[in-house]
Amino acid sequence: MYSNGSTMTREPVQDDGLALGLARLTPERIAATTQAFLKEETGARLQVYLDTCVHCGLCSEACHYYLSHDKDPSYSPVGKVNQTILQLVKKNGRVSPEFIGQAARVAYTECNLCRRCSMYCPFGIDIAYMVGLVRRLCFKLGVTPKYLQDTVNSHSATLNQMWVREDEWIDSLQWQEGEARDEVPGLRIPLEKEGAEIMYSVIGPEPKFRTQLIYQAAVIMHAAGADWTMPATPGWDNSDMAMYSGDYELMGRLKRAHFETAMRLKVKRIVMGECGHAFRSIHDVGNRWLGWRDRPIPVIHAVQYYHELLTSGKIRIAKKYDEAVTFHDPCNIVRGMGLGDMGREVAKALTPELVEMHPNREHNYCCCAGGGVINCGPPFRNTRVSGNKIKAEQLAATGVKTVIAPCHNCHGGLEDIIHHYKLDMKIKFLGDLIYECMEKPWE
Amino acid sequence: MLHGHETDWEVGERKIADLAAPGEGTDWLEEPHFSPDGMSVAAVAKLSDDTCTVRVNGEDWPTAFEKVWHVRFSPDGRLTALVQQDGEWTLAVDGEPWENTFEFVWNPLFSADGAHIALCVQSGARYGLAVDDTPWETLFANANNATLSPDGRRTAAAVQTEPLGQAEIEKFEAGVFSAAVDAEPWSRNFVNVWSLAFSPDSARLAAEVRTAPRECTIAVDGAPWARTYASVWEPRFSPDGKSVVAPVRQGGGWILARDGQKFWDASYVQLWHQMFSPDGKRIAAIVCPRFGRWTMAVDDRPWKETFDVVTDAAFSPDGARLAAAAARDGRWTVLVDGHAWGRSFERVWPPVFSPDGRHVAALVEEDGRRRLALDGNVLSQARGDVLGFAFSPDGAKILSTCLDGGACIRRVERLGNGRG
Repeated sequence: MYSNGSTMTREPVQDDGLALGLARLTPERIAATTQAFLKEETGARLQVYLDTCVHCGLCSEACHYYLSHDKDPSYSPVGKVNQTILQLVKKNGRVSPEFIGQAARVAYTECNLCRRCSMYCPFGIDIAYMVGLVRRLCFKLGVTPKYLQDTVNSHSATLNQMWVREDEWIDSLQWQEGEARDEVPGLRIPLEKEGAEIMYSVIGPEPKFRTQLIYQAAVIMHAAGADWTMPATPGWDNSDMAMYSGDYELMGRLKRAHFETAMRLKVKRIVMGECGHAFRSIHDVGNRWLGWRDRPIPVIHAVQYYHELLTSGKIRIAKKYDEAVTFHDPCNIVRGMGLGDMGREVAKALTPELVEMHPNREHNYCCCAGGGVINCGPPFRNTRVSGNKIKAEQLAATGVKTVIAPCHNCHGGLEDIIHHYKLDMKIKFLGDLIYECMEKPWE
Repeated sequence: MLHGHETDWEVGERKIADLAAPGEGTDWLEEPHFSPDGMSVAAVAKLSDDTCTVRVNGEDWPTAFEKVWHVRFSPDGRLTALVQQDGEWTLAVDGEPWENTFEFVWNPLFSADGAHIALCVQSGARYGLAVDDTPWETLFANANNATLSPDGRRTAAAVQTEPLGQAEIEKFEAGVFSAAVDAEPWSRNFVNVWSLAFSPDSARLAAEVRTAPRECTIAVDGAPWARTYASVWEPRFSPDGKSVVAPVRQGGGWILARDGQKFWDASYVQLWHQMFSPDGKRIAAIVCPRFGRWTMAVDDRPWKETFDVVTDAAFSPDGARLAAAAARDGRWTVLVDGHAWGRSFERVWPPVFSPDGRHVAALVEEDGRRRLALDGNVLSQARGDVLGFAFSPDGAKILSTCLDGGACIRRVERLGNGRG
């Protein structure tokens, strides 16, 4: 049986957000907030999970943090539960500010909410749900990491995560349209085209520093003859760090803006760029917090859209990418949505050889950036990188030089891992390869 | 959007323009937009010399610009477009650019009568609005949630009143946003300001505000309600301007509050888009009484029939009837007074009542074609895709505009004829 006695030994990390929140806490406030939280926002689900868990520790082998830290049990999923929500429940919130600081660090920076552990739990306990509860409580206590909170502040002030002002968004689209039109005569990024079939939505970093992805998407849409549009109003950003900070009210605001933008434009469906967490937010979490059972407007991920374009012949491949690749399964769209085989079919159509990493598909190791962990910023970068040595080993074992990852957060996380562990690899989106390998009739 | 007033109501059909062939010297024409009376149709024309202009009924504006986007008719029939010349942006009205230019412009707002036009502007990384070619005297580090008063004489936006450095979370939490009316900020800041709404007489302004990171409420002319909530949605003034209603979240559900007090008794999974009937006697809202089941509630009484999603609600002019678009299992229909039309469609646009309230019409998509449906029946005469429609003031006729191939067609028909 797994020991409950694991204690956390960590190097001190200075995070101004956590420190600011902790300085305002008193044991009385913690107790009152926790008791109200447990009463109002938890119930049978949490109790069943806590009662069912026998602390067997079988979830441990699922966690990349645990595997990357010499099997330190304090990094195991059950260890994280034991250090956080279990104690909060047992003590009915009568814990110290120091305890909350430790719990916040565990919940925000040592768990990606990747849900791999649920597959290894004999009872299928959703441990990420319980870690998410800890984040929600920390938000209610005002104890959130500085850079994650800054991203959430941007969401609240601009409805996008990168402080992109309304004109900057439109200007970025028109800029990319102009650039792409130099290559593809007649190309458009249609803004505010009411009644188009597709609203294409992206995450905040695309207009900020990954504008080539908008360029490439426009070229792909043009080649496919798609009837598409992008909004010229807030609501264009499909991302959601509020879901990860625990600010569910703001999460609802973001998802409402996104779906109501699509409904205002009267599109038939939303096609999302290559982002994992945004897909979870729109497809599963934020929509349901608002009361929709499913999606008020159908949503598909870029992997699904690319598969549709290739299998329907709307996009034809002119050449193969010049070397073998491996495919990284993003947690939210593969473990969460089952798009692993579809992603592989797209990748195989574009490349001479796909070398599997092991484990793969729903058993793949997380990039360690997701769940808002990369947004916790520089103070926790080392936690994130050292917490995923197992990923570096998994990548290196493939022997290939290119890894495909159809997710923004995965790109950020894998870039850091590849750099830190000195792997000679580059990372590509599927859109990168489609743009590179597709037939371009205008050439 | 088509209007029923001051329109030629002679029954018949005429071709307004043909956009099928852009013509020599023109690379392409973009999406067409009809004037409110359906007598004009305009589109951005990309010219072969790498400039752009606006083509109206086959004639180009005399001036070509570096860029043109967002062609829209104002409610009074003036044609507007956002245009760039010499790297500077402004609004052109009937081909004539405003004198004031900016580094960027977007989101033109029209008063109900179309007499006044407001525009979001940015110059020197400072943000605000311009109204009828007059920019705000003060611009801000950011401005969004822009709105124009019903009479078109006042503008408001959520504005950032103080500089905010990178990741200054403590300063952000203290509040750097306010609402500004005609560039004059309220006397205090908030963490966030959203969803600004003027009173019907344009004298007062309400907004959602976040007073602290976990506390939201409604502020009216800068004064927040005494009570705060986990979240709130858009405020709306009563037609007499004396009270403000808004959905507020408490105890894990949503209720409707008025002037800071509980107004409706029921708590809903969701409640939004509340609206007063024109006479102010009734309030309707889109509600979710049970998870996943959506409908309309009138005066806190939900309709029995529920759907996966409900949107685009509207009262009849006399306030006696209510309609909305609704979908179930991916098929859309129109919901009128609690009952769905007998047919469903691929898409449905916002339903509109006839002036006498007897009829409800909506654009619908069927077999990939956009058509006009009246009281649940698809009008069969339409060719091509119907882009817009309006009832005549007496409710006896209906005007529609269509795109058939490249042909832009205006059609007036009597109600009761041509039902499918």
